[in-house]
Amino acid sequence: MAIQAPTESYTGKIRELILGSDTQVAVGGENTLPFYGFEGNIPNGPKIAMEVFDTEPVGWADELQAVIGDVWGDPVAWAKKCESEFGADMICLQLAGTDPNGANRSPEEAVATVNAVVDAVKIPVIIYGSGNADKDSEVLKAVAEATQGKNVVIGPAVEDNYKSVAAAAMGFNAKVAGETPIDVNMAKQLNILMSNLGVPVESILVDPSTGALGYGLEYCFSVNERIKLAALTQNDNMLQSPTISNLGKEVWKAKEAKITQAEAPQWGDQKKRGIIWETLTAISVMMAGADLLIMRHPESVKLIKQTVAELMA
Amino acid sequence: MALTGMDIFKQLPKTNCGDCGIPTCLAFAMKLAAGGASLEQCPHVSEEAKALLSEASAPPMRGVTIGEGEYALKIGEELVMHRHEKTFFNPPGLALLVEDTEDGAAVDAKLAALKEATYERVGQTMRADLVAVKNSSGDANTFSDMVKKVMAGIPYPLVLMADAAAIDAAMSAAGPAKPLLYAATADNLDAMAELAKKYGAPLAVKPASLNELAELTTKLNGMGLKDLVIDMGTRTLKETFQNLVFTRRLALKKKQRPFGYPTITFPAEETADDMMETVHAAVYTIKYGGIMVLKDLSPEKAYALYVLRQNIYTDPQRPMQVDQGVYPINNPTEDSPFLITTNFSLTYFIVSSEVEGSKMPAWLGIVDVDGLSTLTAWAAGKFVPERIAAFVNKSDILDKIKHKTVVIPGYVAQISGELEEELQGWKIVVGPREAADIPAFLKSFQPVTA
Repeated sequence: MAIQAPTESYTGKIRELILGSDTQVAVGGENTLPFYGFEGNIPNGPKIAMEVFDTEPVGWADELQAVIGDVWGDPVAWAKKCESEFGADMICLQLAGTDPNGANRSPEEAVATVNAVVDAVKIPVIIYGSGNADKDSEVLKAVAEATQGKNVVIGPAVEDNYKSVAAAAMGFNAKVAGETPIDVNMAKQLNILMSNLGVPVESILVDPSTGALGYGLEYCFSVNERIKLAALTQNDNMLQSPTISNLGKEVWKAKEAKITQAEAPQWGDQKKRGIIWETLTAISVMMAGADLLIMRHPESVKLIKQTVAELMA
Repeated sequence: MALTGMDIFKQLPKTNCGDCGIPTCLAFAMKLAAGGASLEQCPHVSEEAKALLSEASAPPMRGVTIGEGEYALKIGEELVMHRHEKTFFNPPGLALLVEDTEDGAAVDAKLAALKEATYERVGQTMRADLVAVKNSSGDANTFSDMVKKVMAGIPYPLVLMADAAAIDAAMSAAGPAKPLLYAATADNLDAMAELAKKYGAPLAVKPASLNELAELTTKLNGMGLKDLVIDMGTRTLKETFQNLVFTRRLALKKKQRPFGYPTITFPAEETADDMMETVHAAVYTIKYGGIMVLKDLSPEKAYALYVLRQNIYTDPQRPMQVDQGVYPINNPTEDSPFLITTNFSLTYFIVSSEVEGSKMPAWLGIVDVDGLSTLTAWAAGKFVPERIAAFVNKSDILDKIKHKTVVIPGYVAQISGELEEELQGWKIVVGPREAADIPAFLKSFQPVTA
């Protein structure tokens, strides 16, 4: 009997968004499940945004210090290193320093850092607030205004501040990432709410939240997978935005990624352990459908780039 | 070809007796057709009907067991393409590759390390499952010796990778119980089939194409061999991934019996880079690998793969739970805060890692609420004052602390008053709603000591 390759086709397609201004990068655009190139078209494949923090990190793993410790006190130098040495497709500037429970930097200070970073690199920049909804709406508004014309992504817009964050994105022509807690319907709902405000769907990215390997990865995996299936097989317009996974910060919180070898000899080589933890988390979310991965360690980034190259060969 | 629910229904007694555990014969037939039930559940079905239906009612992918006893590995019997549709059932096996050309002492060390790399996480034991012994020397005696050495070193079931003569030699000299014999091809089919029959062992099939796979498995089935494992023979990530998707679809969605077997993959033969080997194994863990054979299962790689496998194969309908109890974090003392939350594993992992990350010592009380998160458990009437009070009173927390202050999650602030009545003499403090705010909370919080 002659066996036909059991390929399938899909009615829907993920929107393609063009980010940045100097060097533009396209995300999304696929009309098939992740790496199912045998039955569909994947024009871009997953892209990687490397993290840069506005304030010097405290308590980070030794192996992060070894590779970025020389620049992590200076966001501009850090971003440049990601662009020229580590091959980042984009930068994700995390404004952790604006957190009222932390350094509580003002929106003006944040804007100064954002401008310096955006001017220093050619690749697109994503600017994420600290996660404090009230402060983020203030900070991201100032950021959107200051970066007008640079086609940046701001986020995360959440249930409690999406009106002001979406308005800022709309007013100054930025893209916006909407974040919801690991739930397909909530992801869709936030997308609808932002669209209703007048944000064009072509400007929205969906961030369905990320759980690291061992810390809720299974939920995050299935939510990403269900979003892609709804977008492709049910042609659900409100779930056809490219998805973003803010995974670096979740992974490197995990004990398995940062504990020293002396404290946990049973978990093996510390130098590789954190890298593997980040890489396998990234592999999982991208196999589930994430279009844009926010990552931290250059070696993990290299492994993901290699994997994408092999799968799309 | 698979039968529809109506085809099956016609063969059933139609008495709606419910002895199968399902109220009506029609519902049972539908479940059988979907692969969610087994014909044996019906005690009244006629022999004739049984013969007719057994083919159609068998699961779309066969379950295959390798080895015997405590360490036996069962793979296959998967019913869905995506875990959220139901669940993935039998976690895939991770196998360490040992070649018979390797140095004996090095092999001993590898096996000892592999055995040592056994972990506990959320009440499950996590470890490697198999050792694949490969006849790279081309010499049957050398192979036999290595098989013996591996059997002496570790109790895990084996994959025997050699030609029929070498496998026969190793098996006849007190070989392992039910190893996976690797592999039958178009060229050696009869010899390998004979061995599999002789030793009652599962057999790997390595075809040159999907067409040939159907021919080989059909032929082997005709010889009475049903415990088969597929190796599509490709050795690049892209092609192997594609074949895993194709065979899974042919088995589950097209109900093509010749493809209804679990798979074996060889990251060890796909890359020379140790990290990329782990990555290939991770991809196959996520999508449709039944066994992954690796050269390197050092703890930092193995542990991550075990956790990934646990995550992917967790039943989405049954949340993972941790045991009820009081957990010390960062070496707490009698003055350290006492926090409580629920036994949903994710809640536990997130809360405990935030407390750990804060570097502040604390006691974390975990209340058994059947694995629900705080708000859901409260809504379900499980994370409620009576239950929390019973937990606190039954626990030995008062042997550990000298204050009587308990911190509850911010999401259940509304129960604080009632809890205070239930827990006489205790002070109830409402903590943060989000785990991420716990470090800031702990830095400023001090329990009141009487």
